[in-house]
Amino acid sequence: MEHTSKTYEHELNDLREKLLLMGGKAEEMIAQAMKALIANDETLARKLIEEDREVNDLEKGIDQLCFNLLALRQPTASDLRFIVMSLKVVTDLERMGDLGVNIAERAIELLQEPPLKPYIHLPILSQMAQKMMKDALDAFVTRNEDLACSVLAQDDGVDDLTHSIFDELLRLMKEDPHNISRAVRLTFVAKYLERVADHATNVAEMVLFMLKGEDVRHQCVEPPPQ
Amino acid sequence: MTHGLSIKKLNAWFGSKQVLKDISLEIDPFRITALIGPSGCGKSTFVRCLNRMHEVVPGAKMTGEVWVGDENIYGPGIDPVLVRRQIGMVFQRANPFPTLSIYDNVIAGLKLGGGLKRKEADEVVERCLKMAALWDEVKDSLHRPGTFLSGGQQQRLCIARALAVNPGILLMDEPCSALDPISTARIEQLLEDLKKDYTIVIVTHNMQQAGRVSEKTAFLLNGELIEYDGTTKIFRNPSSKLTEDYITGRFG
Repeated sequence: MEHTSKTYEHELNDLREKLLLMGGKAEEMIAQAMKALIANDETLARKLIEEDREVNDLEKGIDQLCFNLLALRQPTASDLRFIVMSLKVVTDLERMGDLGVNIAERAIELLQEPPLKPYIHLPILSQMAQKMMKDALDAFVTRNEDLACSVLAQDDGVDDLTHSIFDELLRLMKEDPHNISRAVRLTFVAKYLERVADHATNVAEMVLFMLKGEDVRHQCVEPPPQ
Repeated sequence: MTHGLSIKKLNAWFGSKQVLKDISLEIDPFRITALIGPSGCGKSTFVRCLNRMHEVVPGAKMTGEVWVGDENIYGPGIDPVLVRRQIGMVFQRANPFPTLSIYDNVIAGLKLGGGLKRKEADEVVERCLKMAALWDEVKDSLHRPGTFLSGGQQQRLCIARALAVNPGILLMDEPCSALDPISTARIEQLLEDLKKDYTIVIVTHNMQQAGRVSEKTAFLLNGELIEYDGTTKIFRNPSSKLTEDYITGRFG
């Protein structure tokens, strides 16, 4: 059912749309940053660094909107949970955008030297992290508890792959000190992607809070039944 | 000493129109319980049933039980006047007796019992006006008419008058709806202070007020109790879709 106040309804819809737009942009930044890294595309990397401003502006706009809604509308129940969720999620989304920038920066640095090795596991890690982001945002849009739970369950796979990438890069560093500068940068990229997955987990937890009114953070969550 | 209230299968009618349907509810002692719901949902009738005021309306009737401690106030041989002395009521519009002074307004209820000595009356007036957080404002003008006061002060005078007969339970039917935010805040603080000695039931249209003052909230709709739970639970995550729609402003 809609609010009796059309203006309030409109403001909540506006918040929802802005949050989705920001989530979409952050998602796109990670995808494009990885594309720049793999394709050695400096132009794309630099363009991305510029685009982060849009995500930052959206963060400020959403914060303002939430602040106004809290001050003027005294929201309750599901509206209150949605606004509280938005205020928290916006920080995760902004950090995801920053991580996209960080990947783009490492990509530009890595361009200065020949590739250390063909990219195999990093693109897989990136896809896993991006899928978590996409699922978390889809769970938000479709109000799907199971999908949000599945994001929480996916995080372990990302952590495992990150560790095996670390091990491989460490082995390359030990083999030849000339590999170190590139391997360290790639280690950073893996860590950034792992952080993206962590932020996606936070978003999914807040979506669950919005939907169920329960705080599911810092708990072991079983994967949903197949 | 105050008690909680135990309401069992309360039904009420105005003529043939049923306004309360099978309401059962436990009201905790030394707590503030809020009743919320749209106009006409039966909130006022409900509180008026709690001190036998509903039955004074021509054509009104009720069934069910209201227990205060181990006594059903609708049991045989119970004097409604004594019930109303034990369970006080404060109304939406401040209604001091217009011809009486502030002093006489406070002791109006006590005077009905007769045999009130001057010294005793002085003590009661001071104690109740202090409890109602009005003493400092009126101590030098006790013999001016009650209507000489502002709306917020008049309402606190009515609370002092209700407290004077020493009720254990205080019913308040939208006590702040005609007051400005400062007077409202004073009354809300007063409720908080009174809670240590009293059981308070407050009807309010202002949901933020229910959130601010009460420990438990009951939501009534069309004479039915839809949900009764901790106030925090009701406003963060109500169980009923009807409660959710009402408190978030999705209705009609």
